[in-house]
Amino acid sequence: MGEEAGGALTAKEAKPIEKTAAAVRYKELCIALLRTGLVGYGGGPATIPLIRHEAVTRFKWMDDDEFGEVLAIANTLPGPIATKLAAYLGYRLCGWPGGAVGVAAHIVPTGAAMIGLYAFMAFFQSSPIIQGMIAGVVPVVAVMLGVMAYEFGEKAVKGLGLWLGVGLFAGAFALLQLAGLHPAIVIFAYLVYGAFHHRVKARWKARPRRPDREGGLPWNG
Amino acid sequence: MEWVELFIRFMLANIFGYGGGPASIPLMYREVVDHAGWMSSTEFSNMLALGNALPGPIATKIAAFVGYDVGGWLGATAALLGTVAPSAIALILLLKLLQRYKQSSSVKGMTLLVQPVIAVMMLMVTWTSLRESVLTIGFWQFAGIAAAALYLMKFRGIHPALLIVAAFVYGGIFLS
Repeated sequence: MGEEAGGALTAKEAKPIEKTAAAVRYKELCIALLRTGLVGYGGGPATIPLIRHEAVTRFKWMDDDEFGEVLAIANTLPGPIATKLAAYLGYRLCGWPGGAVGVAAHIVPTGAAMIGLYAFMAFFQSSPIIQGMIAGVVPVVAVMLGVMAYEFGEKAVKGLGLWLGVGLFAGAFALLQLAGLHPAIVIFAYLVYGAFHHRVKARWKARPRRPDREGGLPWNG
Repeated sequence: MEWVELFIRFMLANIFGYGGGPASIPLMYREVVDHAGWMSSTEFSNMLALGNALPGPIATKIAAFVGYDVGGWLGATAALLGTVAPSAIALILLLKLLQRYKQSSSVKGMTLLVQPVIAVMMLMVTWTSLRESVLTIGFWQFAGIAAAALYLMKFRGIHPALLIVAAFVYGGIFLS
């Protein structure tokens, strides 16, 4: 079991999770993705905060920055988001078989429930208790999504500085919400600038005027 | 050979859907109802209602159901693979490529620049579920549940899954 995963993990041997036994990694993977698949309400996008909680806070497979990066790249690709994340987490932990196991743990229980419960559909649709339960969960999901939005915004301000962070946030809002541009286009545009950001910043700091400002604090507080 | 068609149709519907599973629903509707004629419009809506009542990603629930309906367990597997595999494999390969250049200033800059966009996108999803919730259960119910959830999650460190179970119980008793 351990050998097949070895290839994918050689680059990151320093991290503790890769040193744990394959059986433990598979077990953690299944627990995390079963759990998120079973309590995630509102489709894949609403499940992202739960997946992040398992991957970053609970099992510490990766830090927040890496999760953010994975999420961003995942958003540039089409297709369901939760299963993309499940596949990558599985791959990251246990190689390609892990990717398959991760996705299966996330989707098989509810997929099977879908097939099995069809006979009870009238009950599901008419039961006020079940409707009430679902209505009760939506605010919790909204809070989780809001907290995550805030944390990504906070990280942007930390990494980019207050003005640039807020400016780029406002820019992304204008492009996505006001101009209604496709998210993939906006992410791609930001990525293209991002590839040059550190060079632009270096040149900006090294500009001839006001030499007294270089060295100390750049823009980030 | 229905499973081949299931695989291809669900792959197409999800490859052209941006914004996660929910964004692919209209595309799946087109493939399942308009093109393949596997279901009537009413059957699709009923199935969607059941799907929304269950947890987990929506696209895979639809794929599992339609696949099973058309071609048994083999059909369900084919539809699920078509839904999940192409984008999942693409993500893994893309991230593998980026890992290799992780130390370059370009990849670091890209990682940084993407944060504000993700923040805005999460904010938009937040807004959608907030509005939906206020319209269903009213502002005060929403505000009460949301405040309690925020407090328990941020200041008490309660596991999100427990919060969801608690919200279920509350909703089943007080919102039914």
